[in-house]
Amino acid sequence: MSMLQMKSSPSRFLAQTLLLLFWSVTAVWANEPKIASPHGTNIFAPASTPAKSIADLSVFVLAITGMIFVVVFALLVYCVVKFRDRAVDERREPAQVYGSVQIELAWTIIPILIVVVLFLATARVIHAVEDAPEPAGAIEVTVIGHQYWWEFRYPKLGIVTANELHIPVSDPSHSTPTFLQLLSSDTDHSFWVPELAGKTDLIPNHPNRMWMDPQRTGVFLGQCAQYCGTQHAKMLLRISVDGPEDFAAWIRAQERPAVEDAGALAGRRVFEHNACMNCHAVGGTQADGRFGPDLTHLMSRATIAAGAAENTRDNLRLWIQNPSAIKPGSLMPAMKLSDADLDAVVTYMETLH
Amino acid sequence: MSSNVITVPVGQTQAKPWVDELHQWLTTVDHKRLGILYIVSALLFLAVGGVEALIIRIQLMHSHNNFVSPQIFNQMFTMHGTTMIFFVAMPVLFGFANYLVPLMIGARDMAFPRLNAFSFWLSFFGGLLLYFSFFGGSGLYGAGSAPDVGWWSYAPLGARAFSPGHSSDYWTLALLVSGFGSIGTAINIIATILCLRCPGMKINRMPLLVWMNLVMAGMVLLAITPLSAAQIMLLIDRYLGGHFFDTQAGGSAVLWMHFFWIFGHPEVYVLIIPCFAFMSEIIPVFSRKPIFGYPVMVAATVCIAFVSMSVWAHHMFTIGMNSYANSFFTLTTMAVGVPTGIKIFNWIGTMWGGRIQFKTPMLFSIGFLFQFLIAGLTGIMMAASPFDWQLSLSYFVVAHFHYVIVGGILFALFAAFYYWYPKMTGRMLSERLGKWHFWLFLIGFHMTFDVMHVPGILGMPRRIYTYEPGRGWDTLNLIISIGAFIQAIAILVFVASLIISYFKGARAGNDPWDAWTLEWSISSPPPAYNFATVPTVASRRPLWDLKHPEDPDSRYE
Repeated sequence: MSMLQMKSSPSRFLAQTLLLLFWSVTAVWANEPKIASPHGTNIFAPASTPAKSIADLSVFVLAITGMIFVVVFALLVYCVVKFRDRAVDERREPAQVYGSVQIELAWTIIPILIVVVLFLATARVIHAVEDAPEPAGAIEVTVIGHQYWWEFRYPKLGIVTANELHIPVSDPSHSTPTFLQLLSSDTDHSFWVPELAGKTDLIPNHPNRMWMDPQRTGVFLGQCAQYCGTQHAKMLLRISVDGPEDFAAWIRAQERPAVEDAGALAGRRVFEHNACMNCHAVGGTQADGRFGPDLTHLMSRATIAAGAAENTRDNLRLWIQNPSAIKPGSLMPAMKLSDADLDAVVTYMETLH
Repeated sequence: MSSNVITVPVGQTQAKPWVDELHQWLTTVDHKRLGILYIVSALLFLAVGGVEALIIRIQLMHSHNNFVSPQIFNQMFTMHGTTMIFFVAMPVLFGFANYLVPLMIGARDMAFPRLNAFSFWLSFFGGLLLYFSFFGGSGLYGAGSAPDVGWWSYAPLGARAFSPGHSSDYWTLALLVSGFGSIGTAINIIATILCLRCPGMKINRMPLLVWMNLVMAGMVLLAITPLSAAQIMLLIDRYLGGHFFDTQAGGSAVLWMHFFWIFGHPEVYVLIIPCFAFMSEIIPVFSRKPIFGYPVMVAATVCIAFVSMSVWAHHMFTIGMNSYANSFFTLTTMAVGVPTGIKIFNWIGTMWGGRIQFKTPMLFSIGFLFQFLIAGLTGIMMAASPFDWQLSLSYFVVAHFHYVIVGGILFALFAAFYYWYPKMTGRMLSERLGKWHFWLFLIGFHMTFDVMHVPGILGMPRRIYTYEPGRGWDTLNLIISIGAFIQAIAILVFVASLIISYFKGARAGNDPWDAWTLEWSISSPPPAYNFATVPTVASRRPLWDLKHPEDPDSRYE
């Protein structure tokens, strides 16, 4: 928005034409059947202020670089066609020209002016996105990157969850942005949900911050963008942007301790008598491991293994039995349980709503 | 050694010339032979790195493909990047510099011939060391594995906690060893240019190729040294209990990034400036005009070298630098576009009003200009750091730097091959195969790397061994992969042409292109001593003066 104010109308027209072109090209590709989500990962379909200011700036930069391309490309083509060697020529050398100070000055000064304009436009957006103050009503989430999954902690609410982040939709008139504190427990990762914000890295010993104020509800996709090890590819991200009521309901559900289901006691015993609880926590029980995702409300999530598989009984069973079948190189060990124990523990998992 | 007379059995005397020849190549200190050794070793590594690229492209042809395991895939992109930068691009450019610089300044060899040989063998064995990891990467106790930490080996992924075994040590040591080779070559190039110019070749009469290699060598000294220092620090971390980059003990991952990219960005210019050098020799000859604005070209090169030393953190826009740092590196990165633009304009200015001959070297040069223009413009996009927050680490950035390295550097190198192969071998490369090579490679290149920008815009990160269906990435990746195979076919045509022409190519003579620099004044291939009598020059185009005594350049300079 701030970008558009700076532009004169012809360049605005060009920018909008380009945006339309880009949108239509990318939309065609993005139109393949989707299985996961109504929202794609197109950087030119922003749904939140940081992503939107970036997209606006990007279109401005594209317009300028596009104009440069057209001019220089035309010069190059004209030159190649016009001055090609014609067979009819005498074998005489063309006029030997060594240079021209005026021309050199022109093609030095004009690019400098373009750079100044681009820089000023960019600096404005850098400042607007990076130095945005955190309002009082903002949701705070601590994101901790792990090989190869995401831990989300809501320090003010006491909620811990994994891989699927829930944040409230932000009404422009009454903004409720979400501010993320980014940490890593092992290697470098990068938090990237293209339609909500640019990416920011999660680096051990180097806390980072980013924010987003999504203006549409729904599930937004993303994934780890910084190579973090063997299963970098399946460190997927889902952000569920909820309406105010849905978000409040989600919070209430997450705040409760784990459901105690008498029918799953056998499975709970397997869970607590094996190595499972060394790494996983289940709220309200003795299981308090932190190396793997918190399982207190596992069944509230649509996927397991950081988005690598849908959260179904078969997939849960396969994942516990042999994680490499879904995600080779994952740090979850194969538990080598008997079939009976496996069924019991999966049944227990299924009670963790 | 040679005084030890060994009695050779009668039946084996036939083999002796062949053994002699090999012995001469292995022990040579002649800059021309070392140049060719550099180039041939780079071509071998190019084949290996190319196969790795094809494996990557087969795996990514469609979503959830299982052609290779994630472990193998991660090794492939690590080895592909490391190989192409350190054991293809740098050696091949050093090879051309080695071969051409002494010839163009009228010298009989490089300043330090033995250092020259030492540097080449360091670089070559560095490459072999890297590839030995396939056998010895996990140490003595098991099967080998190549490094899989990416060609930046970002901390702390390269720390022992996350990279046990020795595979990433092979990466470290290979870069350290070949880095010393690069430093040796850089010192050699600088000393040669400063001290061995023939009479009359004042510093402002040097061919632009020589100028640009001087600047490149200076940048190598400034860029490779921090990389070598960082590798030593990494070794200290891994084996002597250091904590420079060990985040678990309070070390800094960001420090490694700074070290790596203060090498890594100037490195891009170390690679592209010699390609500017090729362009600045080839475009004038095939336009039949002198380079437009020689002093400005020199100034722009030096300017790029200086500015490029202060842009490295544009590789780090996503690491959470504050807004002032991001603004600073945005400004410097955009600023480097100005002298680069000046160069493009000057090359167009050179062609303007000329008589352009579309021989294969010139075709590749025009391809270079076109693609380098686009690569520069996508570079400007990513210099705008907010845009980069989206594009960085995505396939857009992969497309961008391949546009620079393949569309720019490799096209310029092909131009150089077609242009100087006659000088090196005495035979012309086939124009017919050359045109096949050019058009096939051009089509394959654009299929792959034009299309590759789009999945980046659609949110596809780099370095993923597979991806989810339904993101709109499948069709695009299939097209990209098909393009890669077309490029591979074009490379096969090129290699076939190199081999066939060596035996059957037309005789080149001294000066097949009617060119103007000193290397064309002597026979092809040149004799070991280069110049029977040391030449004297009076202008930037000594052979023009010779061919046009009525209107010599020296009158205008």
